[in-house]
Amino acid sequence: MIPTLFRIDRRYEEHAGTFTLQLNPPLGSDTTGFRPGQFNMLYAFGAGEVPISISGSPSDKNGLVHTFRTHGLVTLALARLGEGDSIGVRGPFGDGWPLEQIAGKDLLIVAGGLGLAPLRPVIYGVMEGILGQRKATLFYGARRPQEMLYRNEMSSWREKMELELSVDHAVAGWQGRVGVVTGPLAAVEIDVANSVVFLCGPEIMMRFCIRVLEEKGVPLSSIYLSMERNMKCATGHCGHCQWGPNFICKDGPVFCYGSVSRWFNIRAL
Amino acid sequence: MKSMAQLLHEHPFFAGMEPEHLDFIAGCGENHIYNAGDYIARENAPADHFFLIRDGQVAVECYVPNYGSLCLQTLHSGDIFGWSWLFPPHLWTFDAHALDEVHAIRLDGKCLREKCESDPKFGYELMKRFAHIITDRLRATRIQLMDIYGQRRPPMDSGQ
Repeated sequence: MIPTLFRIDRRYEEHAGTFTLQLNPPLGSDTTGFRPGQFNMLYAFGAGEVPISISGSPSDKNGLVHTFRTHGLVTLALARLGEGDSIGVRGPFGDGWPLEQIAGKDLLIVAGGLGLAPLRPVIYGVMEGILGQRKATLFYGARRPQEMLYRNEMSSWREKMELELSVDHAVAGWQGRVGVVTGPLAAVEIDVANSVVFLCGPEIMMRFCIRVLEEKGVPLSSIYLSMERNMKCATGHCGHCQWGPNFICKDGPVFCYGSVSRWFNIRAL
Repeated sequence: MKSMAQLLHEHPFFAGMEPEHLDFIAGCGENHIYNAGDYIARENAPADHFFLIRDGQVAVECYVPNYGSLCLQTLHSGDIFGWSWLFPPHLWTFDAHALDEVHAIRLDGKCLREKCESDPKFGYELMKRFAHIITDRLRATRIQLMDIYGQRRPPMDSGQ
């Protein structure tokens, strides 16, 4: 697949080293459709390509939104780009969140750090009232309040869902919890037969959250998580992101924990 | 209005406890309301009580010179806090202050300490329950120390 040239219409720094880009395709083309949980390969010319999840709303026609953290040469090159600059985009790729599982159930969205980005399209679905969930709760943990993503949107999210925010280190004026995200998750009552959990964050954080969910009796088949590995081709050919029998780029990045728990707990994978 | 014994009986911490033990603990408890900003415990002050938070938020803090109070953890409805009353020198090791109006059951640890010494079965039951809370807090602290929100996997973006 050849990258399509997009223009950066908006760029802002969420916090030090974490950026959000709003991208638009050339005039006349409509290549911004995606399903929540999918990712694009973003190409910084002369530096390379990286997989970045799509963090905007599927119904927003103002372009694709991506949030990323500088982590290597390509993301550093992406961070140096400014509004009006060009960027290559391939995608969208992968299997997204199973939105069809949500109707009539309680939706628990559990995110850590940058893991909120791939879940924000789901939150927009809750805000738009198109998912048919019974009740929605967001559990979001970050190192510090200033490292929480999309803070300016959270007051509007509270109108449609409960928010349980926690940080490792608080500052004066912080109204949420201090402690890890597993705390509020352990404290909440879950209707285990009628809940679905969407989980995204660093793998270690997901592991501890899954442990709490298992202790509470949530069926493994009701837990979905978004995995990341070294994705290169994004089409399941190169094998860089092979994980057990799966290719993260093609079979994921969203998996039902019930079907991948075996691979999730193998240390070498 | 529920009796103290009923309130304790409904809390998971006391689940499965013998009724006479629960009655004894209830006799050592009283309801307290703290306003936002009130200190419930002060570092180095005698620790003769522990608390069951019925409603509200409590910050566990440490005072850092030239900085101020550093919040280490927040505790919420249903949480139990305070185990300094169990171990000599029976002094609080951190401050605890109410972040909003806190409704709590304050239990007299001094009275329970004496009962634990004279009734080892009771003491063991209570100690098992506190050991569980201490283990949970240790686990949470370990996870917090691991900085789990940072990305510490092989770089997805090698730049190649």
